[in-house]
Amino acid sequence: MDLMEYQAKELFAKHGVPVTLGIVATTPEEARAAAEQLGVVVVKAQVKAGGRGKAGGVKLARTPDEAFEHANAILGMTIKDLPVHRVLIAPAASIEEEYYFSFLLDRANRRYLCIASVEGGVEIEEVAKTNPDAVKQIPVDPGSGVDEEKARAIVEEAGFPAALTDQAVAMVQALWRVFVDEDATLVEVNPLARLEGDVLEALDGKVSLDDNADFRHQDHAVFEMKEETDPLEAQAKEKGLNYVKLDGEVGIIGNGAGLVMSTLDVVAYAGERHGGVKPANFLDIGGGANAQVMADGLDVILGDDQVKAVFVNVFGGITACDEVANGIKGALEILGDHATKPLVVRLDGNNVDKGRAILEELGHPLVTQVDTMDGAADRAAELAQA
Amino acid sequence: MSIYLNKDSRIIVQGMTGGMGSKHTALMLDAGTNIVGGVNARKAGTTVELGGQELPVFGTVKEAMAETGADVSVVFVPPAFTKDACIEAVDAGIGLLVVITEGVPVQDTAEVWSYLQGKPTRMIGPNCPGIITPGESLAGITPHTIAGKGPIGLVSKSGTLTYQMMYELKDFGFSTAIGIGGDPIVGTTHIDALAAFEADPETRAIVMIGEIGGDAEERAAAYIKEHVTKPVVGYVAGFTAPEGKTMGHAGAIVSGSSGTAAAKKEALEAVGVKVGKTPSETAELMREILSS
Repeated sequence: MDLMEYQAKELFAKHGVPVTLGIVATTPEEARAAAEQLGVVVVKAQVKAGGRGKAGGVKLARTPDEAFEHANAILGMTIKDLPVHRVLIAPAASIEEEYYFSFLLDRANRRYLCIASVEGGVEIEEVAKTNPDAVKQIPVDPGSGVDEEKARAIVEEAGFPAALTDQAVAMVQALWRVFVDEDATLVEVNPLARLEGDVLEALDGKVSLDDNADFRHQDHAVFEMKEETDPLEAQAKEKGLNYVKLDGEVGIIGNGAGLVMSTLDVVAYAGERHGGVKPANFLDIGGGANAQVMADGLDVILGDDQVKAVFVNVFGGITACDEVANGIKGALEILGDHATKPLVVRLDGNNVDKGRAILEELGHPLVTQVDTMDGAADRAAELAQA
Repeated sequence: MSIYLNKDSRIIVQGMTGGMGSKHTALMLDAGTNIVGGVNARKAGTTVELGGQELPVFGTVKEAMAETGADVSVVFVPPAFTKDACIEAVDAGIGLLVVITEGVPVQDTAEVWSYLQGKPTRMIGPNCPGIITPGESLAGITPHTIAGKGPIGLVSKSGTLTYQMMYELKDFGFSTAIGIGGDPIVGTTHIDALAAFEADPETRAIVMIGEIGGDAEERAAAYIKEHVTKPVVGYVAGFTAPEGKTMGHAGAIVSGSSGTAAAKKEALEAVGVKVGKTPSETAELMREILSS
């Protein structure tokens, strides 16, 4: 899960990273009230996307009325397809210099990486291109982590000004605590600023948390923005389904993440022959394709008005096809009149003959069976076009 | 021959007494696997009957290895306990550690990976179907009935795509099929498996299945160019995946412009690997190679 700036800053504060929290506002009136309290402020769009400044989502406000005006303009804006529902009202800071700092997961090398640069904060991508030597990449071993000694080595290699060394060492250790204690895969400060009087402060923050670690971070649940989530994705999550909403006409249900991804691709290829229809979603129902799971999955997909046909693609590995067929049969019974769109089913693998026979016998008017994945994708795309 | 696993492998199961563990231990036995026991500290000294066999339960991996001569452990313990289970097995000096568990925090895996450096353990997974050498041994959850022994080596990030591909090519069969897992950090990579298949005299050709996220496929392509002489066909899933969304597997995510299926396909094709558009087309490419 990616956090918004104000949420990232809350975690920073919790672990002792120097930061000014500011006030979150959801209306222009709230923004004005916050500015009355804080003085000169920056009004910052809170969305999970980079490039907010360039999109016009970050504005300086010298007076409460200006804060009102800016909030009024920014709330309701869309930045990279994401609607802005809240702004952060942060006290304006007097910046002397901007730096960049992050800890992240280095997949390729199977360890962590610290990236630091004392040249330019916000324009880090540009610095990386024009002056790559100025962007230091320092490996961090997951076994030994970052102690004070390692933090000092990082600060030295990054080349922080001598006047900031001790503050930087403490901050690196604090950011490391954010990274490990919160099970993050990314902790980024950009810009990290030297303010007037040689004070180091994180002026922005980006944190990505590992969903697999949710079981040991009950407190992370508050970061989930229910109103920001697609309603179908929220419904699926409630039912424990692995669903991602896409923009298309062919609903997809399959077992196994790899096979479902592959199914989306095969449907997209088939769509090229049928008026450009596309897959409507990713939905992996995993191994236990019983009637309730199948019904829950179909229910979510049929709730998507764009969907014109559904493709159920199951390879019976451990799961037996007859169980899946009974699952589909049961799901159609559970859904009754709610099941309104054609269902193309491809079953193969374990107990395939029994599975196909069950659906054959059912003879449900909405259900078509096709033996191959490519053929079934083609049929589903054809039905979705009609 | 085969890679990593054969008929002489002696296997223990960590988490054998749990739901997943007992179900799949029975299936592994069914596949002819030499399962020699299980590990559960709370049930040490008891036995469990699975698949018509009486299997001893040991308190620790170390004890299990000492008593049975086990050299492979398959891990089915829940995510919260997986790191400790792996470290225990590494400390005991297990040769092959197959971690089936899905949902392990990536920092736990990173720590285990760091911990096993310089030690004799090879880890496969986590979040994987494991490894099967058909007709000899199964360490994991791949259905052993799909395909038999043959000349194809298969390495894949995905379980169901492994099964699908084995099914499509069941008339040829497999030397070994290994699912390396869909997490951001895994113990055995495409490159490791490619190197092992290249060295395995019974493997004539290799199927490599990748998916969006990271750059493992691109690095595998570079490796193939320099080190692999056997024919390789590839398949990559996730061309239609949107940026920034995790597609089921924790590691399956396109970040910005990196990790896309198109980039992976291009990298593989640039080194002469034929990449199928669909699983069936990929199987067809392999069929042509083996029939020529």
